[in-house]
Amino acid sequence: MEILVCVKRVPDTAENEFELNSAGNDLDRDDLVYSVNEWDNYAVEEAIQIVDKLGGNVTVITVGDDESEEVLRREMAMGANDGILLSDDAFEGSDGRGIAAILKAEVEKGSYDLIMTGAQADEGAAQVGGILAAMLDMPYASLVNKIEPGEGKITVGREIEGGNQEMNEIDLPCVLSIQTGINEPRYVGIRGIRKVAKVEIPVKSAGDLGIDAGSVGESGAKTKRVDYFVPDMGEGAEMLEGSTGEIIEKLIEKLKAKGGL
Amino acid sequence: MTSIVGPASFKFFGIFPSMIFSFIIPVIGVGLFAYIMARRLAPLLRANPDNRFDHIGQRVKNLIIVWLGQIRHPRYMLAGVLHICIFFGFLVLSIRSTSLVIVGFSDGFVLPGFGGSLGSIYNFFKDYAATVVLVACIIAAVRRGILKPERYAVPEKYGHDHTAEAVFVLGIISVLMISESLFEASQVVSESRFTDHAHFLAPLSLVWIFRAILTSASQNVLQGLHIFAYFVHDITFFFFLCFLPLGKHFHVITSIFNVFFMRVKKGNIKPVMHGVTDEQLDDLESFGVKKLEDFTWKHMLDFYSCADCGRCSDHCPADAVGRPLSPRFITIKARDLMFKNYPLTGEIYKSNLLVEDIYTEDEIWSCTTCGACEQECPLGIEYIDKMVDLRRGMVDEGMVPQSLQKPLKALEKRGNPYGKMEKKRADWANDKEFKENHKIKDLSDKKSKADTLFFVDSITSYDDNIQDIARRTSIILEKAGVDFGILGKKEKDSGNEVIRFGEEMLYQELKEQNSEAILDTGVTQIVTADPHAYNALKNDYGNLPPVKHISQVVAQKIAKGELDLKPCLDPDKVYVYHDPCYLGRHNDIYEDPREALDAIDGLTRVELEKSRDRSFCCGGGGLMLFYEPEEETRMGVLRVNMAAEIGATVIVTACPFCLVNIQDAIKVAGKEGEIEALDFTELIEQHLL
Repeated sequence: MEILVCVKRVPDTAENEFELNSAGNDLDRDDLVYSVNEWDNYAVEEAIQIVDKLGGNVTVITVGDDESEEVLRREMAMGANDGILLSDDAFEGSDGRGIAAILKAEVEKGSYDLIMTGAQADEGAAQVGGILAAMLDMPYASLVNKIEPGEGKITVGREIEGGNQEMNEIDLPCVLSIQTGINEPRYVGIRGIRKVAKVEIPVKSAGDLGIDAGSVGESGAKTKRVDYFVPDMGEGAEMLEGSTGEIIEKLIEKLKAKGGL
Repeated sequence: MTSIVGPASFKFFGIFPSMIFSFIIPVIGVGLFAYIMARRLAPLLRANPDNRFDHIGQRVKNLIIVWLGQIRHPRYMLAGVLHICIFFGFLVLSIRSTSLVIVGFSDGFVLPGFGGSLGSIYNFFKDYAATVVLVACIIAAVRRGILKPERYAVPEKYGHDHTAEAVFVLGIISVLMISESLFEASQVVSESRFTDHAHFLAPLSLVWIFRAILTSASQNVLQGLHIFAYFVHDITFFFFLCFLPLGKHFHVITSIFNVFFMRVKKGNIKPVMHGVTDEQLDDLESFGVKKLEDFTWKHMLDFYSCADCGRCSDHCPADAVGRPLSPRFITIKARDLMFKNYPLTGEIYKSNLLVEDIYTEDEIWSCTTCGACEQECPLGIEYIDKMVDLRRGMVDEGMVPQSLQKPLKALEKRGNPYGKMEKKRADWANDKEFKENHKIKDLSDKKSKADTLFFVDSITSYDDNIQDIARRTSIILEKAGVDFGILGKKEKDSGNEVIRFGEEMLYQELKEQNSEAILDTGVTQIVTADPHAYNALKNDYGNLPPVKHISQVVAQKIAKGELDLKPCLDPDKVYVYHDPCYLGRHNDIYEDPREALDAIDGLTRVELEKSRDRSFCCGGGGLMLFYEPEEETRMGVLRVNMAAEIGATVIVTACPFCLVNIQDAIKVAGKEGEIEALDFTELIEQHLL
């Protein structure tokens, strides 16, 4: 089975403390560390497991700048066979539809049985998977937490509100957005990344993909971020301050005062 | 009528010379033994290299103390003394057994030099040796077969019980002792009838008793018994020799080698591959132990040498709390696999991934590397390096639990397992109250200079609860007149657990960054309050100025009169010192913290039964704090209960991880208010004059 997994480089939520920049329209990115979007790791792991069972190839793809190559290498260290970097100044500032359009151009050049994305990205809006499926006119299942591959079609499980599980048959080729918890992604250490450090990763520009530069990027974006802020504290909300011990003490006091304890 | 004849001249039914058997039995015995040993050597020849021919002086010393001196045996008094009796009995009787084989061809043969008075003296001791061994075997058999001490039990998941083999071998040894004595006694009785010479025998020895029993036996009976005893001994001796390499009694042969080649350095971890430098690591195809043949030959020799005494598991904290790990069975399972894959006849089988075949991933991650097992093993069997090698293999295969992946990634990105920002590493020094009175030099910018580097390490830098240790250590150093500074944001995690959890390349990066930053400062010594950091910098890095733990600094300054302490502020409390594994067992620092505590006038200090090199791990540090093991209780809870049992009200630790684990355990054990945990630095700082 030929599988394409779309991945994204994002600031790591576990290893950063987020602050706004002085302009107030984005994060202060000076001191951030980046990694693969967590959901994408699950998607890649799932793809590798399917290929281990049925044979085939896993290709990882991302839209981003030069530094995004790092996340492709990490996924290749996990076991993905190939990587493709879609990079062009014209891509900068793309909205979800723009990213999907760029990906679509590359997907159409290949012949994939299965296309996966993470269910969402730490910095995103969980829309690329759906838009990409629509653009490709392929069936789509979101929030997939179980995959059973079969002949010409696969069965996918989706987690439903309230902890229920739904199973669907879906024709191939299709697009799936993968939920965390579908598997246990394997560990990738520095050694793994060094092993694939010299593998060639093709970089494709708007021209290579045959995309009209004006239709993507900031100019082509139909949604624009107009503000970025930490929400004002609502009424009744109170931040307890101090050391952990002090915070706990204050909390207990408050709970006692209100009859909670 | 003549005296009875020996096996060299005796003829069965008057015609068939028994010497033929005296010849055939040793030839078959030695031949079979050589064949078995050759087969047993096969896996060792395919194993990975191991550099065990260094430190010859230390190795000879180990041989004298650990092997010949049996130093570790009396740690279990009854079993130990029984073993010492049998061990020395065997050593003494090995000479007799060798000469007995030759007696089969040459009646009355004695080894060169054993003809005269030396021979008489030897015979005297030999007779007692055989007697003592027999008595020891009987007691041991009763103990193993009837009393059945708990530590020999084999849980169902680990296979069959080993009692039968143990008792069988004790029986074989007893047969050897009895037949040897009967052989001699029958001859002595017979000879005494034809000579005036009264043969002196060691009173109350086995031979002496047999002589008394046989005094009135007929000459024919004596002759029959003499030959019968000889061949029973001969056959049993060679059977035993060939039986040894088939099970846990292989240690009778391998122990001398295993002890000679045992670990000579403490606290360090073996290189990924002996003979491969850190710079060449990238060229290695595979890391760590994945299959049987990835173990080093010494580690395989360890498997062969295990006597199944269960002392390792008896002291293993992971086993005690019901984690799926018992060091004894790490060895036994590997030995069973070696026997299975390298059978005595036929083809050698291909081995599979060990963590899928005989071990489980959780089993290998369960080890806290506390070293209690290695400390206890009378045969010098190693566990920590094997655990690390197995983990290296799992890391290389991507088999790392999710709970450990996050901190490992954070270590890679931020140099600490919490994923906190580098620039906040020295935030502990910005505490308002502390900052008003104390200024900490940051040596990383090269503007400040100091003789001493205070290496803080991750938990003490970032954990809200533990940062106090950093501040108190600074105050103590200041008071003791030590000119010191810190690395600030240039400091990375020491990586003590990173290397021990098998992430070698990440450890190498941390080591490189720390080494460069430390050497850049030009300091002449390093001080830390974290035993894990102490261990890594001292034993794993190997390229740094001398490293001291804060307890050593305090003890030395007190001894020199450069640091004075007040009388005890809480004289009613009962203090107990808990030895951190990485200070005690791995680095032999037992006395300094105790001396410092005892320098506080009026402080009541008690000792735990499990203390010093028998200290019980609190639950492990570094990455172990993130690992979520399957267990029935926490190690810390057991430790707190031990302290409560002896009436202690304050557990003094000298390690930030011990403090975290024991503080948590006090809550879990429901002993808040009864017992408290206190870091060494807190106690000392409170008592600074």
